[in-house]
Amino acid sequence: MLRFIVRRLLQVVPTLFVLSVLLFAWLRLLPGGPAAALLGDKATPEKIAELNRVLGLDQPIPLQYLRYLGRSLTGDFGNSLISGDPVISEIGRALPATLELSVAALLLAVVLGIPLGYVAARYRGRPLDTTTVIGTLVGVAVPVFFLGFLLKQWFAVDLGWFPPSGRQSVSIDATKVTGLAVLDGLLTREFDASWDALVHLVLPAIALATIPLAVITRITRASVLDVLGSDFVRTANSKGLAPGTVRSRHVLRNALLPVSTTIGLQTGLLLGGAVLTEKVFVWGGLGTLIADGITRRDYPRLQAIVLLGAAVYVLVNLLVDLSYALIDPRVRLR
Amino acid sequence: MVTTWANRRRTRIDDLATGRSLGADALVRLRRNPVAIVGAVIIALFILVSIFAPWIAPHDASQAFPELQEGLRPDVIPGAQPGFPLGSDQNGRDFFSRMILASRQTLLVGVFATVIGLIFGVLIGVLAGAFGGWVDTLLMRFTDVLLSIPSLLLAISIAALAARPSQTTVIIAVAIVGVPIFARLLRGSMLAQRDSDHVTAATALGVKRRAIVLRHMVPNAIGPVIVQATLTLATAILDAAALSFLGLGDGDPARAEWGLMLANAQAYLDVRPALAFYPAIAIILVALGFTLLGEALREALDPKGRR
Repeated sequence: MLRFIVRRLLQVVPTLFVLSVLLFAWLRLLPGGPAAALLGDKATPEKIAELNRVLGLDQPIPLQYLRYLGRSLTGDFGNSLISGDPVISEIGRALPATLELSVAALLLAVVLGIPLGYVAARYRGRPLDTTTVIGTLVGVAVPVFFLGFLLKQWFAVDLGWFPPSGRQSVSIDATKVTGLAVLDGLLTREFDASWDALVHLVLPAIALATIPLAVITRITRASVLDVLGSDFVRTANSKGLAPGTVRSRHVLRNALLPVSTTIGLQTGLLLGGAVLTEKVFVWGGLGTLIADGITRRDYPRLQAIVLLGAAVYVLVNLLVDLSYALIDPRVRLR
Repeated sequence: MVTTWANRRRTRIDDLATGRSLGADALVRLRRNPVAIVGAVIIALFILVSIFAPWIAPHDASQAFPELQEGLRPDVIPGAQPGFPLGSDQNGRDFFSRMILASRQTLLVGVFATVIGLIFGVLIGVLAGAFGGWVDTLLMRFTDVLLSIPSLLLAISIAALAARPSQTTVIIAVAIVGVPIFARLLRGSMLAQRDSDHVTAATALGVKRRAIVLRHMVPNAIGPVIVQATLTLATAILDAAALSFLGLGDGDPARAEWGLMLANAQAYLDVRPALAFYPAIAIILVALGFTLLGEALREALDPKGRR
């Protein structure tokens, strides 16, 4: 087991290394180089030369890269061009918001998707199954941001059931502990703050959960169907095991293995979807940082968030792989 | 009179007897699959509309009409009226003509992004699958990195490099997202071919390596890639819409493209929701069409489904 973990960890290193090289080269792909892009309209040859010196861009490329690598490893990603703050502290402030939204969306997708996929597979070919399959196909075809706007227009603006944007009402004076608003309210026993945050969370979480929900439902359905047709299930049934036992111990357990991989892959979708959802609901997390960063071309900020996003994505999938090995001993042998 | 069942049974036996290729066999199965037919009808309609768009659309997409502009207020965008079946857009242009003509631009973005991604992906996949060794390791490391960046973030970081976003930058950004997926798929299915009997046989017969790769391995390995390309047509259109929404789309206000129209209509959702609804429904239908077709293709090309 330990050898497996070490080997998988070592496989991640080259990926992250090449990623850092690509992101380093990325700024140098900008037309006119980073300095011209950073200065925008105010660019004059003198100012560019000056900024190049300040940024260390007049140094040899390998040296520049080593410096960039060293700074990245210590969490120094430079300053945001919009706020002037260090990018790393901007990310620190925005991270809990995105984390809360993504976890809520993923939870929603898993809690609804697995039972839905399972039930669809059990009643294969019946109306319930057909409806589910059509739903999953339509679900991935709807643009996330349009769905967000629809939810907002119907349930917030027209019906007034939910707040249209933001994470908390202005009137609520919540104490910050972890930055996860719902959890903070529970920890500090400010239950009204917790409830308020939860109500704000509902619509964005639904918008963000749609695509992962559709994918998880489909994979679960396919995987359950696969297992239902396997020999060991037929054996379990014919030796007279209670149907409930066969379902929970034989079918579900084996069917969930591919599903766990899919859940890991969804984190990437969530990060991308968060950019769109957060823009619609003015959420104020990483997605908002990116969306604002795009309009103002805040390259240091974008560079840092892309690196962070990729690192998280790789890490989550590594964890999924490891948990997979934990559940299924066959994986370790490979 | 033979029953339908017997007829079908006989066709199937005939299929087996004539020894049809997997491709021809897949086509037959595709025609019997309702999912494939629904998908194909949607896409055929979409293509027909985009071919005949200039003849269907009564007006020019970029032309503003005084009679429509007159009705424009901060809180009013004129609806349907004689000569303008869907009314005005936010700039006093004929919304119906723009919807029709946009089919061309949307198809263009989806097809170009997919084909460009496909070309580079297949190139990388063939090189990796054919040579193996360090070429393979190097190329796959590269695709690993591209895959490690969540796809929308990757598209954003490429599109954001352009000082002035345009349709071309959107196409390039969306195309690059597809490259590692195509490359990995083709490489994977080529590796599975490498040790197969027919390749061993060709090698033993002294067929040149180039011919083995191009005539024996690639044609047998390309199936999953074609399925993926069909599915990518859907995601490419959706990704392009997302980029437009984030302000990385074509800045040309005259351009009529569904994703762009949908993104621009968000500001007028209170005034005239139809401006967002119609492009959104068009996008959903097209994406659904390509997805259905792709899923049906996957099923048809799966050798397990052959009887």
